[in-house]
Amino acid sequence: MLFVFIVVFCLAAPLWADHVAHTGPNQNHITDKVLVGGQLTDVVAPDGTPLGPGLRGRYLLGADQNGRDVMVRLMYGGRTSIYIGVLAAVITTLLAVTVGVLAGYYRGWIDSVLSRILDVVWAFPVLLLGIALGTTLALGGLRIGGIQIAGDSLWIPILIIGVVYVPYMARPIRGEVLALREKEFVEAAVAAGKGPLRIMIAELLPNIISTIIVFSALNIANNMLLESALSFLGAGVRPPNASWGTMIADGYQTIYTAPHLTIVPGLMIVLTVLSLNVFGDGLRDALDPRAQIRPGR
Amino acid sequence: MSPILRVADLRVSFATDEGVVHAVDGVSFDVNPGEVVAIVGESGCGKSVTAQTLIGLTRSPNATISGTATFGGRDLIDLSDDELRTVRGAHIAMVFQDPMTSLNPVYRVGDQIAEMIRAHREVSKREALTRAVELLHSVGIPNPERRARDYPHEFSGGMRQRVMIAMALALEPELLIADEPTTALDVTIQAQILNLLRTLNREKNTSVVLITHDLGVVAELADKVVVMYAGQVVEQASLDELFYQPQHPYTWGLLGSIPRPDEIRPDRLPQIPGQPPSLRNPPTGCRFAARCEYVFADCVQPPPLRSGSGIGHLDRCWLSADAKAGRR
Amino acid sequence: MARFAVRRLAGMIAVLFAISVIVFLIFNVIPNSDPAARIAGKNANPALIARVRADLGLDQSLPVQYLTMMKQIFTGQLTSYASDQNVLQHIISGLPVTLSLCVGAALLWMVLAIWFGYLSAVHPGSFTDRSLTVLSLVGISLPVFWLAAILLYYFSFKVQVFPTGSYVPFTEDPLQWLYHLILPWITLAVLYVGFYSRVLRSNMLDVMNEDYVRTARAKGISERQVRLRHVLRNSMIPIVTLFGLDFGAVVGGGTILTETVFNLNGVGLYAGQAIGKLDLPPLMAVTMFGAFFIVLFNTIVDILYAFLDPRIRLGEEAPA
Repeated sequence: MLFVFIVVFCLAAPLWADHVAHTGPNQNHITDKVLVGGQLTDVVAPDGTPLGPGLRGRYLLGADQNGRDVMVRLMYGGRTSIYIGVLAAVITTLLAVTVGVLAGYYRGWIDSVLSRILDVVWAFPVLLLGIALGTTLALGGLRIGGIQIAGDSLWIPILIIGVVYVPYMARPIRGEVLALREKEFVEAAVAAGKGPLRIMIAELLPNIISTIIVFSALNIANNMLLESALSFLGAGVRPPNASWGTMIADGYQTIYTAPHLTIVPGLMIVLTVLSLNVFGDGLRDALDPRAQIRPGR
Repeated sequence: MSPILRVADLRVSFATDEGVVHAVDGVSFDVNPGEVVAIVGESGCGKSVTAQTLIGLTRSPNATISGTATFGGRDLIDLSDDELRTVRGAHIAMVFQDPMTSLNPVYRVGDQIAEMIRAHREVSKREALTRAVELLHSVGIPNPERRARDYPHEFSGGMRQRVMIAMALALEPELLIADEPTTALDVTIQAQILNLLRTLNREKNTSVVLITHDLGVVAELADKVVVMYAGQVVEQASLDELFYQPQHPYTWGLLGSIPRPDEIRPDRLPQIPGQPPSLRNPPTGCRFAARCEYVFADCVQPPPLRSGSGIGHLDRCWLSADAKAGRR
Repeated sequence: MARFAVRRLAGMIAVLFAISVIVFLIFNVIPNSDPAARIAGKNANPALIARVRADLGLDQSLPVQYLTMMKQIFTGQLTSYASDQNVLQHIISGLPVTLSLCVGAALLWMVLAIWFGYLSAVHPGSFTDRSLTVLSLVGISLPVFWLAAILLYYFSFKVQVFPTGSYVPFTEDPLQWLYHLILPWITLAVLYVGFYSRVLRSNMLDVMNEDYVRTARAKGISERQVRLRHVLRNSMIPIVTLFGLDFGAVVGGGTILTETVFNLNGVGLYAGQAIGKLDLPPLMAVTMFGAFFIVLFNTIVDILYAFLDPRIRLGEEAPA
């Protein structure tokens, strides 16, 4: 139960950031001073060392080298990270379910082709694929048909992460559909004259919902880890947008003097991902104790 | 001649999420040297649990075992795990029901037999393997040297069961427990395996405890029969006595449900109506009462197992001797 | 068995071809900008761009472009225009570092995972089991680079136990080599130990209920023998195949983050630096070889699995 609370907190906190924050995430306060224990202290000391965490109204978790409030950035950045994680998961789910159900239901050459495609995409190490796509799309953006997406839009990482994890989800779904297909209720539906689309939606889908939900929870966790890795390397979220991953990257520059800048965002990621993992695990045990699900590579 | 195995008031119960299951509730019987004792009953009556408990396979944190099983002067129930291990395989060997899954698929058959031999005797691997080949030969497997190097899945079901038997007999145990050895096999193969068991029993004087639900198998092999129902023994007699002078309504039901070629075929095979009682809350009176045609007032009291007609013939039923004789 | 291997190899080649096509698409076709300008790098001048276009045949038809690029990669001519270095050379020189990191971490994680998984399975529900489960869950939730940074901070800065990264070749000084790699090994291993120990635990618990384990006990062999020779041995089969896949993935690019943080100049670091500069040729090559490596390992693992499980080797369908 504790974990459910943490999940909710982690997911919800960034959303009401606007109302709570005393300042924007990108506003510099280099020259400001703040009351610490009754004494006026520099937010950023003259030698460049920013304020550390402490119990006070503002700068609860300290500040970074540019004087930005870490707590505020955490909330806004978290919003970005979670936003990406969830949207990417939506994309993955939609694609994976479509591919998995089609391949499992029709089998034959459709299955062969789709499975081969899945195999090939899955052959790429997730991180490398993300990096490859992230860097190439960063320069000029993407243009598919009439849709134009700018190179530094958030949609780039969302799409990349969404696509990269499709095989991870599609394969188990395909497996389940292959098995379900042989069951009597499918035969009955076919005998009743229902078309393939109706069968897929009305009969198969409800039975794989539990798998989908479990995988989605784990998928969001993986997405967030991937996003942070990509952003850390510079192939994910691009400035001026911030995410927990970029915060770690920034903080890493001054890790020896201001470790909190690195520790804090990472800790948030760990807590959120851990909560999602526990949640997904718990769900999986409750629904199907024999299934084995892998975390992302 | 004293029995090589004497089981007295064996009780086994398991604590489960839904309550305590009394799988075996006061079972007693003897096995004499060279004797084949068949334990018969339907699924869930406790016969397998009884057998497995004898060599300690049911020991676990949620199992409560009481009673005694005296073998070779020692009480098996009381032995420590280490002591019991010296008994398993070397003195009491067990053959299980499903030969497909009872052999480890990744090890060669000869190696698996050798493993058992080397667990109890100080012999080299080569010597153990030689012995394994001899054993395979003795159970009728052709080409034993070559076959010993094969994997379990390369044998047919009947062959696999022969391998299991060969393995069980490797150390010439005094007692062989066979838990539904032919249930998973074709009828024709069944006959072969039963023949094999009979030969081994006669030639080596190995006592056999045969667990089965098939009265045909019992008729082929057994010297003595123990009928179990709902965790208890309801009748116990020599083979002839059981088939010709059965004393318990359950046995009547079992015998009656066998189609007989020498009688006019009825329209429907007689069945015993109903289901066995739950072992979580066994009924307080006679456990068969709910399904018994002959139930009467006395049956609300649990009947004791006691002598009826012949010598060594016990049954657990309140019906008078006359009533039982008349029914047959 | 030979036929099986040949079929798998043929399949592998087909997949490798598909991968090369995809890499080509990613780097040349999909993005919405001039490929020559992209490849020439951030600081390219028009002359350089023109040179790139000529080198890679970017003004020709797509299939020709593809062939040209493949030729460049495979004959080792691919050059990073931004830094003017040969890509293949760089990769080759980085390999020993990456391999040292991967092999060491793999050994560490397998040993620990087997040990922890075994303990958990043998005492299910105990405190040991539960704590190991919690640790595993935490392990798979950590971002690798963050863990690396934290370890670096605490163990080489605050408490000066380990050096702050960078690599010492084995041939130069074995002890230093080891010393510098310990933290990276731990970092890389944490994620996998968590996962593998849980898989092993789950497999072992399943196997313990199998009939042949009961037979083994009935034979009177010691409990420890039963656990090791029957339960563990049979539980390891799926683990070995998973390991093969993961090891392939780790070598094939999973080390980028660790190498970057610990400043180990392997293939991963090379790729990491290229990202920062948006220098595409190194990335192309690394992606390509990374994927190749994984597919190669996939195939090896498939063949190995047949070897480990006699049921497959001899042609029969393995039970699910």
